Parts: sequence; structure tokens; C-alpha cells
Amino acid sequence: MKIELRHIHKRFGTVHANNDISMTVDAGKIVAVLGENGAGKSTLMKILSGYQPADSGEIVLDAQLASYHTPQGAIAAGIGMLQQDPLDIPAFTVLENFVYGQKTGFLYSPRKWRERLKSISARLGFELDPDQPIANLSIGQRQQLEIVRLLSMGVRTLILDEPTTGISAEQKLILFEALRELARNDGMSVLLVSHKLEDVIALCDSVVVLRGGRLVGTLQLPATMDQLVRLMFGQELAPPAHECLVNPKTAIALDNVTLRGKRVTVQNFSMKIRACEVIGLAGLEESGQELILRACVGLVKPTHGHIALGETNLTGKSYREFLAAGVAFGAAGRLEEGLIAGLTLTEHIALATENQSLVDWTRAKMLTDQKLKQYNVRGRPESMIEQLSGGNQQRLLMALMPEQPVLMALEQPTRGLDVDSSHWIWQQLLERRERGTAILFSSPDLDELVTYSDRIFVAYAGHIVEISDARQTNIDELGRLIGGHFEKASGS
Amino acid sequence: MKNRTLLTVGFALLPIIASVAITALLIVAVGSNPGDVFVAVTEGAFRDSRAFAGVINFWIPLALCSLGLIVTFTAGLWNIGVEGQMMIGAVFAAYGALFIDLPGPVLILVEILLAMLGGGLWAALVGFLKTRLAVHEIFGGVALNALANVWAIYLISGPWAPPSGGTAQATAPFKDTAVLPAISPEFPVSLIALLLVTATLVIVSFALSGTRWGLQLKATGKNSRSALLLGVPTTRSAMSALIVCGMVAGIAGSYRVLFTYESLRPLVSGGIGFLALLVVLLVGLRPLFAVIVGFAFAVILAGSTRLKVALQLDQSLAGVLQGFIVLLVLLSNGLRQRFTSDSTSSETPNTTTTVEIQRTQEHG
Repeated sequence: MKIELRHIHKRFGTVHANNDISMTVDAGKIVAVLGENGAGKSTLMKILSGYQPADSGEIVLDAQLASYHTPQGAIAAGIGMLQQDPLDIPAFTVLENFVYGQKTGFLYSPRKWRERLKSISARLGFELDPDQPIANLSIGQRQQLEIVRLLSMGVRTLILDEPTTGISAEQKLILFEALRELARNDGMSVLLVSHKLEDVIALCDSVVVLRGGRLVGTLQLPATMDQLVRLMFGQELAPPAHECLVNPKTAIALDNVTLRGKRVTVQNFSMKIRACEVIGLAGLEESGQELILRACVGLVKPTHGHIALGETNLTGKSYREFLAAGVAFGAAGRLEEGLIAGLTLTEHIALATENQSLVDWTRAKMLTDQKLKQYNVRGRPESMIEQLSGGNQQRLLMALMPEQPVLMALEQPTRGLDVDSSHWIWQQLLERRERGTAILFSSPDLDELVTYSDRIFVAYAGHIVEISDARQTNIDELGRLIGGHFEKASGS
Repeated sequence: MKNRTLLTVGFALLPIIASVAITALLIVAVGSNPGDVFVAVTEGAFRDSRAFAGVINFWIPLALCSLGLIVTFTAGLWNIGVEGQMMIGAVFAAYGALFIDLPGPVLILVEILLAMLGGGLWAALVGFLKTRLAVHEIFGGVALNALANVWAIYLISGPWAPPSGGTAQATAPFKDTAVLPAISPEFPVSLIALLLVTATLVIVSFALSGTRWGLQLKATGKNSRSALLLGVPTTRSAMSALIVCGMVAGIAGSYRVLFTYESLRPLVSGGIGFLALLVVLLVGLRPLFAVIVGFAFAVILAGSTRLKVALQLDQSLAGVLQGFIVLLVLLSNGLRQRFTSDSTSSETPNTTTTVEIQRTQEHG
């Protein structure tokens, strides 16, 4: 099926998530959609698959203007999306899940559907036992089932969101072969959202790249990894913006830790951060950098190894004990983890600072006034936190953190902020660093990483490489490391 | 701005008017006059001081339970177990009344303290199940309600049965020194209980608005994940909210045995805890409103006992009216949120939050 997107716009509040996106996917082609976190890929795919409407723009399928507003509508129009986490019902069997949502009529013949399931699976080389409960299946098998189900419902375009995370190498080969077979013989068009550049190179006919909500480039494959990285991250790196400070005191030490996440495991990793150091964590989503950052504040517990903050051994301690020992943590999702919608700014400040059992609201309000000025937050003490803009929320989050912690661990500290706000946040962070605080941050923005880090750790599928002098690195090296090509970069 | 105020007032009044109208239609449908019903209910509640005392005696435990529930709702918890906490409060108070010999005023104090202990312990069980064993507070609460009832029935028919041979109806009547004194025979209401309601109202209002504990409960209820990251001990918050609610419900339960029945009976809690849940759903987290709306409920319920005598109508009509009010208020809250698309500013209990527990979070 030929898909044309024409001038798609989508705004969430002040964020222009999709800004005038037009693209065409020909029948029988496999196209990768690339872009960093927040580039607008998921938004675009959700619009195409009916999960949310576009603000404006047109979707044209085989030269016919499409209008659907639900996933069911999209499937009826021929577009099916395979979610990163399969949307199946664990208690049901494979056959029951297969039949679920299909037009079976009230009385259906299980035998007929069983045959259908078997014939589609056989054609694609999937091995699915109709009577197994879903709970016994691997993620790869559940994915296969979902593909078979969508095909049976007449889908002629498949959207796959990170289909190769969490499945075995063998299943990946089967999946890719099945997709090629469908594209070649059925004229199926396939859109692949992935962070794994090697998968993209192995499978796709072409790529489109989104950055900041805009479509910034297309590229016919084959192409090299360097070319892809260059398109994804832009061309130039800004020069480093600060001096290294030397302080021999160790702020935090991870000693041979093993961290297990949902999809990735970091094994036997050691890292020492000195006071006054700024450490950047690079890597595509779910590569392991999130685990390291959260382990440093006690939110992820190592299954093996030790963590010490200064001289204090904190292995296995709770987040609150980490807090008390002198860490500060800022999560990427501000309103999910950090701020509390429905509470006023004053209540936030009181919550973070009050240690008497009776709250002195007059004092809390005065303190809030003072902090709002100090941190340049535009908002009134009695405003609800969710009424503030992202930049103001982030500045308030800074105001809630202790003035001089041993370690500040921040996930994407400038996520969604404009240049001025980002700059301001970094000034604050660097000031704290000068007073002895060590800073550990993750960022999808290579510029930010190179500009502010003394050292950078790059994560790829749980493997970590250190760039010991961030000022000596360049976009090519970083890009290669992020894409998983460690051996080439190990010389630097 | 003006439109907005109008809308708010409209959405507050509409469901009440609508539910009165629907109930009136029902009354007409069964062949009675809504006006007569109104008169009968009003008479039932206010015709003399004894009738009015009936209203107050129903209102006291209802107000107490509502105040307790405001605490748990603030922390984002659905304490369905309030009914069982009342029951255990009643059982503990009855133990004091039956088996402890002390001078009158001291005995009453001991009984009330015992009731608070019992209710608090029963609520702590809900909290323990939730925070340590990941049993949702609604399921834990329902199970413990049933257990509380069974335990009371066992005591009444077995160990605490009156000497004359138990009929499983009630324990022996409590001795005079063990029951709460009435203000006067014409106005049989306990002054001590009135003072307790007042004190609870003041303490709960202040604790929620003026203490760090209250602020932490609120933070936990609105977003326990963020609260935890801001350093709030969310597990302890949830636990303490439940225990406080259980203690207050325990007092409510003790009032039912130490004054209303003067003996321990099966089901003394009489659904008052559940009714209190409805009251709080209606008024949100506002202690004073809860007490006032609780009074209105008490008037309707106590007044409707007159319906049978005056109009040969069943008193369950009051329940019908109540049911409609609650349904329609919740419905109009939903509509208001859809129209004004502000889901956060309302003070109604958050019906979706569940308190995340520190233990499980830290693995995620």
C-alpha cells in the first residue's frame, strides 16, 4: 500500500511535536523512521495508526484520502501497528488472542481460525502453538502472533516500534525475513521505528530522519553508519564551555556492579566520580545509561557489587538513605517523578524544606517568594505546579534540591527547554560544581554532552565505554559508540 | 470568570435538584404525594426533642467515620475497611464495659481508648497487607470487614453470651457506669460524644492543613512516586493515615455500643462506615462540609422512619434518594471535568491513585 503523509502538524501545549511533516512510502518498501527521543517519531506513528489525531494535515492511502480516528479504524483502512510491548492478553491462549478483535461472527468455528493461524505462521516461518497460553511465550513469539493477527485482519501496512528490543538474535533473523517476504510478495509497506542503526542498515530500503518535530532528511540505503549518525544528530559540535576542576576527593564509586533492567543488563561495571566532576551519560533509549544513573541514587539496586558515596557504603540502601547521604536526583519526567500536580509551589517548597512537625505557612511562603526570585521561576507561590511551563517547572525542581549535595544525578536536565532555559540550568549546575558537587547527567543531545562533560560514558545494549576526555572527542566517534561500534573507537 | 463561577454553582446544585425530582417521580409512581413525604420526613426528624436526638445519634458515628475517611482519602487510599474498624472498636469498647471494673468516668475513658486501639489495629492490618504483601486496601478491607463481623457474632453467641443462655442477639446490657450518660431523658444524646466529634473535626482539619504530616499525606495521595522522590516516607504516610482513620472509626463503633445499644450486637456498625464513604465522595476532602452533609443524611435517614407510620411507605425511600444524590453528583463531576477540562483543581478524592509502595518502587 502506498502511504502519503501531507503537512502533518501536531502540538502538545507549547511543544510542536510534528511540524509540517510530509513523506511518501511506496508499496513494498521498508522504511526506517529515525530520530532521537522527543524527535516526534512516536507522535507521527500514533497519528498514522489512529491512536491520536493530527491537528492538521492529510493521510492518503493508495491515492484515497483516509479519515479514521481510532486504531480499529486504522486497521480497517489497512494500517496496523505493532507496539513495543505486545498488546495481548496473557491469560488467553495463542488461538484466543489470534481470534480476538477479528470479525468472527457470534458463533465461530475454532477449526477454521486454527487453520488460518497455522497457514499464515507457516508462510512466515513462525512457530506458534495455538494452544499455548500467552504467558508461556517469549516476547519474540508474542510479536509474531501480533503480526499474524494483523495480517489476518487485512493489514497492508505494518508499523513496528523497536521490534528488536528484547528478542533473540535468531528471532530477529526470522522477523526480518518475514518482513522482506511480505514486502516483496504482498506489496506490504513497512515502517520501522528503531534506535538500532545496524538493524536499519540490515533491513530497510530507505530512512527518514526527524529532529525537533521536523523531517530533516531522507537517505536511500545502503549507507554507512556514519552517514546515518550525521543525519540524526546534525553536523557540528559546539566547543566545550568550561574548565576541568581537579579535586581528588571521590564523590561516588560504583565497584563492579551488575544492574538488571527490563530489557538490558549492565554487567560488572565500575565507575568513580570525583568531586567537582561533570560526567555525561550517552546512549540511545534503554541502552543501560538510565540504570547507571538510577543506581547512583539508590532507585535501582545492584544485584552484585558495591556502591559508596564518599566514605559511606550505601550498597542495597533505600533511596531515602541515599538522599540523606547527600545525593540529589532529577528525573526526566518532571510531573511523573519529582513534582506533584495538584500541589502549589509553596506546598512543594514546604514539602522539601520543612522539618518541623507544624508547617509555618507564612515562612514557607516567604521562602517560596525568595526561591522563585533566586531561581528565576515565573509563577506565583499559590500557583499549581502544572500551570507552569516546562522551563519554570525544571527551575523549581532545581530550587527543591539541596544547595550543595555530594552528587547531583540528573536525567536529561534540559529536556524540552529552550536555549535560554537550558543555559540557565547549566549555569546553576556549574556553580554548584564549583562548590564541590559532582554532577552526573544523561542526555540525548550530543552537543550538551560534549559541551559540559569532563568525561562521557557511552552505553550500548548494556556495554559501557568511557571517553576519558570529552574535549578530545568528535561527532563521528560519539555516533559510532552510540551505534554500538566499540572496537573502532577504542583507540581514543 | 463569571461564567465559570456560574458553571461551578450549577454543577453543584443540578444533581441535588435532579435527584429530588427523580425521587418525587418515584413517589408519585407508587401513588403518594411528594409533599406529604417531605412533611413526614421533616416531622420524623424534628417533631420533638427525642426525634431530633435520634438524628443526632445517627449523625455522631457518621460524622466521625467521614472525618476519618478524609484522612485516608487525602493519602489516596480507599479505606473500605472503615466498617470493620468500627466493628472492632465496638468489640474492644464492649470488652471494657463487660469485664473492667473502674469508677464511671475512668471506665468510659478506658473504653474509648480501647476502641481507638482496636480500630487502629484493624486498620493497621489493612496497611500491613497493603505495604508488605501488596494486597490492595479495598480487598484487604472487605475481607477484614467480614472477619470483624464474624468475630463479633462469635463473641456474642459464645464467650460473651449473657448468663441466662445466649440467643446470639446481644450480650448482657452493660452496667450503668459503663455507658455514656445522656444529656437529659427528653434529649437522649451524649455530650461526651458531641465533644469528641468537635475535637475530631478540629484536629483533622488542622492536621491536614497545618502539619507536615498532612502535607506529606496530600503529596502521597496526589503522586506517591514524586512524593517518594521528594523524600516523603510514602509507606509510613499510608500506614499512619489508615491507623488514624481506624482509631476515629473505633470511637464511632464504641458510640454505637456504649450509647445507642448499651450492649454488643451483631452488625452494630449498621452500614454507617459505607455511608460515610458516600459522604466523603460527595464533599471531597473538606472536613467541615463532611460534617454538615453527614447531618443532612442523618435527617433524611432518621426522619424517614416516620414514613411507615404516616404514609405506609417503606423507609428505604430515604436510601433511594441518597443513592440518586451520590450517583448524580459523581456524574456531574465527570461532566464538569469533561466540559471545563480541569481534572486537577477539584477537591474530590482521587479515584484513580493507588499509593505506590517504596519497596516495590525501588526495584523498578
